[in-house]
Amino acid sequence: MTEAVDVQNLKVVVFQLADKEYVIPVTHVQGIEKFTHITRVPKTPSYVKGVINLRGVVTPIIDLKKRLGLGESDLNESSRIIIITLEDMDVGVIVDSANDVLDIPTDSIEPQPEVVGGLEEDYIAGVAKLDRRLLILLHMNLVLNPIKSGV
Amino acid sequence: MDTSQYLEMFIEESKEHLQACNEHLLELEKNPEDIAIVNEVFRSAHTLKGMSATMGYEDIANLTHKMENVLDEIRNNRLHVTAELLDVVFTAVDQLEEMVLDIAAGGNGKLDVADTVQKLHAIETGEEVPVAATTLDEPVAIVATTGDNWLSYDDYELTVIQQSLEQDYQTYEISVKLREDCLLKAARVYMVFELLEKMGDVIKSSPSVEKLEAEDFDEVFYIALVTTEPKDDVQKKLMKVSEVTEVIVQPVTLEQLKTRQHDEVSKVETEQVVVQSDHTPSQTVESKPEKKEKSPTTKGNTSSNSKTIRVNIERLDVLMNLFEELVIDRGRLQSISEDLHNAELDETVERMSRITGDLQNIILNMRMVPVETVFNRFPRMVRQLARDLNKKINLEVIGAETELDRTVIDEIGDPLVHLIRNSLDHGIESPEVRRSKGKPEEGTVVLRAYHSGNHVFIEIEDDGAGINREKVLKKAISKGIISEELALTLTDKQVAELILSSGFSTADVISDVSGRGVGLDVVKTTIESLGGTIDISSTEGKGSLFSIQLPLTLSIISVMLVELGEEIYAIPLSSIIETAIIRSSDILNAHNQKVIDFRGKVVPLVFLEDVFEVPRESTKEEFHSVVLVRKGDRLAGLVVDSFIGQQEVVLKSLGTYLTSVFAISGATILGNGKVALIVDCNALII
Repeated sequence: MTEAVDVQNLKVVVFQLADKEYVIPVTHVQGIEKFTHITRVPKTPSYVKGVINLRGVVTPIIDLKKRLGLGESDLNESSRIIIITLEDMDVGVIVDSANDVLDIPTDSIEPQPEVVGGLEEDYIAGVAKLDRRLLILLHMNLVLNPIKSGV
Repeated sequence: MDTSQYLEMFIEESKEHLQACNEHLLELEKNPEDIAIVNEVFRSAHTLKGMSATMGYEDIANLTHKMENVLDEIRNNRLHVTAELLDVVFTAVDQLEEMVLDIAAGGNGKLDVADTVQKLHAIETGEEVPVAATTLDEPVAIVATTGDNWLSYDDYELTVIQQSLEQDYQTYEISVKLREDCLLKAARVYMVFELLEKMGDVIKSSPSVEKLEAEDFDEVFYIALVTTEPKDDVQKKLMKVSEVTEVIVQPVTLEQLKTRQHDEVSKVETEQVVVQSDHTPSQTVESKPEKKEKSPTTKGNTSSNSKTIRVNIERLDVLMNLFEELVIDRGRLQSISEDLHNAELDETVERMSRITGDLQNIILNMRMVPVETVFNRFPRMVRQLARDLNKKINLEVIGAETELDRTVIDEIGDPLVHLIRNSLDHGIESPEVRRSKGKPEEGTVVLRAYHSGNHVFIEIEDDGAGINREKVLKKAISKGIISEELALTLTDKQVAELILSSGFSTADVISDVSGRGVGLDVVKTTIESLGGTIDISSTEGKGSLFSIQLPLTLSIISVMLVELGEEIYAIPLSSIIETAIIRSSDILNAHNQKVIDFRGKVVPLVFLEDVFEVPRESTKEEFHSVVLVRKGDRLAGLVVDSFIGQQEVVLKSLGTYLTSVFAISGATILGNGKVALIVDCNALII
């Protein structure tokens, strides 16, 4: 995220989880996919929904809501999978809906207020206020920490 | 000049040339008299010199230059090939390799080569007596000593010479040397030719006229001239051309030529006889010699240099991915056409299926690389090790052309190095010991590769000491790998396999060749990670055989698709022995483990739905479908809901996010576009 901060405006993808709006920089977003068949992968943490076939590449999918401790996504027509690229890793995250692409001025991003809260607090990089909207900027590197599960 | 864009090419090509040098030098060691091999080495060294000088790597250029000088001496019969000489040349090649690798790693390719340069120089100017062919007649002797790399003629040219001799023409072989710093070599060549053509007919030149015009030669070139002018005149006239430093003219007689021609033929067994309909000498003089000239050189190269281009392996992966997309769509098209019953559509789809099938073969084959690329570094290594260990070892390589998937090739090198070192160090005994045992002094290590079914086998066999059961057991017990009680029950094979366990080393003296005790277990792990197995059989006193079984390709495997509830899993066919349907009543309980009696063997059952926590209500069925799988000599029965069938699938990784998922080795995409997981049987058999 640091590379984008130097610019005056940060281009972000806005998506909805429960009743809150979250953003991630577009530089990390490879694409937004409609819901397809997910193959469950056994013996993985509960927020790993499984893998999908993304144009020939097997891509893991995680339930972002569950990852952030916000309960389970219920999947419906507006559910989307945002494919995020971090370094050499592609991961899809399930969100309730992907709404918008916005430019947010970097100076409007403030660090997350120090409040003791849920699991999600650890993953929040900052909060941006734009008009009357509150946009939460996520720390994707932490959210998508590779999983070494199994034995 | 900005040379950075050529860097990659330079590195690749340098590596190739060094490899060629290595190979040819080893060959030369076996046939020290074969000048053709020296020429090959010389050619590689020369190209390398040129490239490195262009790229500005002085040390490489300097070292190759010295090496080239020594080689030149050899091919002019002024030096004899000896083991000492080769050692120095090998050192030089090693250092060149080191420098090239340094450049590849981003270094500046600098290395202190003064010592080697010194040695090479010493050899070049050393006391080695020039070898003269004293037994031969005088004129032939001159040719043999000075004209070894001069000219050779085909039948047609011989006829021309013969005829001219009959008509009182004289044929001269002329060697023209230009100044080392000559700038316009082509121009000088032109002047020389012009002069010669005034005096007579040039019937041959070496290098060919084209090469001469392209300045593709060193300072010296050779010409055959048919003329009536006296020898001295020819020489004097040629010396008038500026920048020509030396001209040697020697008359050629037909007998001489024939002897030489004969030698040439016996050296290069199948000499091409160029038949040409055009018989007017004046017209053929230009074209004729080139043909002749090219045939020996190209012959040497065609075996190794077929036309290739380099393609990044990632591109092949992308191609493969795209192709799989196509396969999935093909599947869809097929089902659509089946529904529509349109003859034309059916035909098109049918055609497309066939083409994509061919395409698949081609794409898969593109990833196959002969195992030679790994094997070719071993002769060199064995030679060096044998010298270090004071052993006499002969390495036989069989089946180097066997092809393997690129990904396997990349990984298999290190394990093989370990195994060969192990065979050399621990397997083959010292010559004294071998003699006392009544074996030939020279130990033999055979490196063999071959295809069998869906697998490639690589075997390393030695006729050394074999595995000493007592010694291995003692060591294993002292290292705490097994207990004494267990030791008594182990079969010889199991004992042999102990040397693959970690922390094991039986060498009495730890040498720097092998024996750090980290080698062989790493070998085992690497091979298993490639989906292969390693097997040892050994007879004490007779030798050992390490057999590695590898899947032909890592990307396409045959699997059996099975159903578990709603989910489909793939079990690699390579680990399946057979399938069976069993009754619930056949299942027995032994120590809280469900087992079945399968052909007299007690086989533990693994219920995949439990292992994979398949979400559904458990159903009580009377019959169970069981896939019997094996790992080594252990068996297990995997209980599934039903079998779907066998299929070739493309193995895909789960990506970097999901690493090491229990009992899943990867995934694949099925015809319907869904992902199926591939079961790792090795993890399920305990």
